[in-house]
Amino acid sequence: MIFVTVGSSMAFDRLVRAVDEWAGFHGRTDVFAQIGQSDYQPKHIKAARFMDPPEFRELVRSANLIVAHAGMGSIITALELGKPIVVMPRREHLGETRSDHQVATAKHFEQQPNITVAYDETELPAKIDRAETLPLANQGLPGASPRLISTVREFIEHSSASR
Amino acid sequence: MSLAASPNRKKILAVASGGGHWVQLLRLAPAFVDFDVTFVGVSQAYRSDVSDHKFYSVTDATRWDKIGLLKAAVRLVWINWKVRPDVVISTGAAPGYLAIRLGRLFGARTIWLDSIANVDCLSMSGELVGPHADLWLTQWPHLERAEGPYYRGAVL
Repeated sequence: MIFVTVGSSMAFDRLVRAVDEWAGFHGRTDVFAQIGQSDYQPKHIKAARFMDPPEFRELVRSANLIVAHAGMGSIITALELGKPIVVMPRREHLGETRSDHQVATAKHFEQQPNITVAYDETELPAKIDRAETLPLANQGLPGASPRLISTVREFIEHSSASR
Repeated sequence: MSLAASPNRKKILAVASGGGHWVQLLRLAPAFVDFDVTFVGVSQAYRSDVSDHKFYSVTDATRWDKIGLLKAAVRLVWINWKVRPDVVISTGAAPGYLAIRLGRLFGARTIWLDSIANVDCLSMSGELVGPHADLWLTQWPHLERAEGPYYRGAVL
């Protein structure tokens, strides 16, 4: 199963349409999409607008591949559950987001083995095809950096409300 | 004596808006073990992620939604009054900014961890909240500055 997710804050029609057309072309019936506020109505893939965090996590867990916007919620959840993910960044000039931070995120995480980046909808079909041939990583993500955890913990231990 | 009854247990208010902000806050959970932590999210849907802890939801407002911000602020005043946290911590975004500003008014010490999504520059909320955070952190070494934010590692 391929799980597609674009988050809940704004529409991302380019991605939903590209995956829908890809699924139609290949005759795929095992694609499920969380499309948020997107206007495009998928013709070939099943879709829901929103889902609760536990449902979301369960879908990531049962998928072989995640296709998503380059949001950290999608990326971290896929990495935590050891799933390969293809991300496509939202673009500011197309009204898909309020800043191009997803392009920077995509560029940075592109080095990681489980992450494939499609910079636009024309790249997406080939990237999905290729990601499907990659061996399933299934290696969970280690926790946050120990230094960060101990910094926060020590700060809390030495803090008391002043009143 | 159970931990819950200990009067000296530090109280933490951990606040994040949805999606990546929330997921990053949960990755800080090992830092909260043994403290009395209350989570604040932007929908009741997040409650089940932290079912062992107290949870409140606030209006999911962005900085372009003044009415939403006002609603979130009123609710966060109430939550701060109720919880009386020693520490308020947030990974963003706008509701986290409000939580830090209001937490300070209630005497809490404050931690801001800027989202790892902000690779090229700090988030807008992060830039604004920095001077009001007692511990101001970025997750990217190249965004560290002498006057803050500081880099002490990342959630990934």
